[in-house]
Amino acid sequence: MSWGYISGILILSGINLMTVLGLSLLTGFTGMFSFGHAGFMAIGAYTAATMTMKFAIPFIPALLIGGIAAMIVSLFLGKLTLNLKGDYFCIATLGFGEATRLILDNLQYFGGARGLSGIPTEGTTTLLNVVLINIAAVFVLVSIIRSRHGRNMVAIREEEMAAQVIGIDVFKYKLTALAISALYAGIAGGMLAHYLGYIQPTMFKMVKSTEMTIIVIFGGLGSISGSVVGTVLLTFLPEILRSFSDWRLVIYGVAVILIMITRPQGLMGGKEISFKKIVRTIKNRKIKKEEVKS
Amino acid sequence: MLKVDNLNVYYGGIHALKGVSINVDEGQIVSIIGSNGAGKSTLINSISGIVKYKEGEITYKENKLPKQAHKIVKAGICQVPEGRIIFANLTVMENLNMGAFLRNDKNAIEKDKKRIFELFPILKARENQIAGTLSGGEQQMLAMGRGLMSNPDLILLDEPSLGLAPLLINTIFDIIIEIKNMGKTILLVEQNAFKALSIADKAYVLEQGVVTLEGDAKALIKDEKVQEAYLGKKSTQTV
Repeated sequence: MSWGYISGILILSGINLMTVLGLSLLTGFTGMFSFGHAGFMAIGAYTAATMTMKFAIPFIPALLIGGIAAMIVSLFLGKLTLNLKGDYFCIATLGFGEATRLILDNLQYFGGARGLSGIPTEGTTTLLNVVLINIAAVFVLVSIIRSRHGRNMVAIREEEMAAQVIGIDVFKYKLTALAISALYAGIAGGMLAHYLGYIQPTMFKMVKSTEMTIIVIFGGLGSISGSVVGTVLLTFLPEILRSFSDWRLVIYGVAVILIMITRPQGLMGGKEISFKKIVRTIKNRKIKKEEVKS
Repeated sequence: MLKVDNLNVYYGGIHALKGVSINVDEGQIVSIIGSNGAGKSTLINSISGIVKYKEGEITYKENKLPKQAHKIVKAGICQVPEGRIIFANLTVMENLNMGAFLRNDKNAIEKDKKRIFELFPILKARENQIAGTLSGGEQQMLAMGRGLMSNPDLILLDEPSLGLAPLLINTIFDIIIEIKNMGKTILLVEQNAFKALSIADKAYVLEQGVVTLEGDAKALIKDEKVQEAYLGKKSTQTV
């Protein structure tokens, strides 16, 4: 395996991770499931690509514009659908995702079904850029979750009715979580467009949305480190299995099912990896070893 | 204190409340009794902003009550929802602290907490226990304690006796009277009609979304129709 290949998969992991981080806030911490985030990715991808190609805006600002465009759409979507409970919201996002794709399919300005090509890839979505953007994204997410706002979202996940009767503005926090997750997905879409150099509506099918949600659940709800580990594993797995050709998606499916049976809470459900914990475990081990010796 | 006027609530095509009007005076216990599906919980949920109503007006302390749940809590109305909805993964203490979510007055919060522990000594004993491991009665007490932590003037109690042992039901109702003596106003929704009427000052009978009877609770308890329908006593005047 050449470095180019590996770094390519790492970039793809990074792009997936960006969407998964946003979804982690929405699904893992606020308790809402979405099957339409590919739609937000598509909006981000098309907006960012148009910005760099037609308006010659630099890469990073273009990504942000793409993310913000997705966020604005999510605010409208949220206003309309967030009063729906559980499954109904899920179906509404599914509809939104597919509708977005079909609209893009028919917009000649964006190249219709053929999509956009000739998106600048030189010096845009590089591994360094992806890593830096993801580090920033994790940092922002952790500070949201540790803040009062993040705790309010967890309260909504735990018991929506109780959160409501103690005076948490449930609608506002659900909308915030949705908007942030859409922002992240939009930025991810922009990075994807500038990594591949072309985009087509078929890239943003429902399968993409479900893949992202599966990763969040696989990594563990309510855990950011779980999302990171899950994304890297599930992006690399299909690549490692390439030599099995037709069977690789079957093996992928079996692997996901096995993990869900043996660890229903996901890889890291509710737990986080932190430097403090690692140091503590190493120290404890040393102490134990010394005890055994003496 | 609280005035509900001509309230209409629909669930899709179902007309759940058909022009309900009630009046709650300060410092009283007002009970709403009725059978399953009469609209009792719907009424309480529309006051607390959890269910949206289509027509009607709710006035609270001479002002129009806002429609969003969190603003209603801020206005001083607190709901203790049906079925002991608590944060199961938090400790008893953390649940109580969550109740004071909208408050910043630390000293007063501590004072209220002390008062709640006097009211529910069992919660003090279970202070650090995970709330999900409490018994049903204890969870009901915790839900009520959490409600009191927001320092409300009006408390909406939805079926506090649901699924509890008879002995515990007595304790819960004794505590409701004590809460009233603390100067709070209580709107109580109950299926246990006899208990609800015996501690109330005023009561309403709700049947299929309509108030069919209202008046002094002590009078209602003697009312033949009420006795027949809700208290399980046969009318003496039957031929």
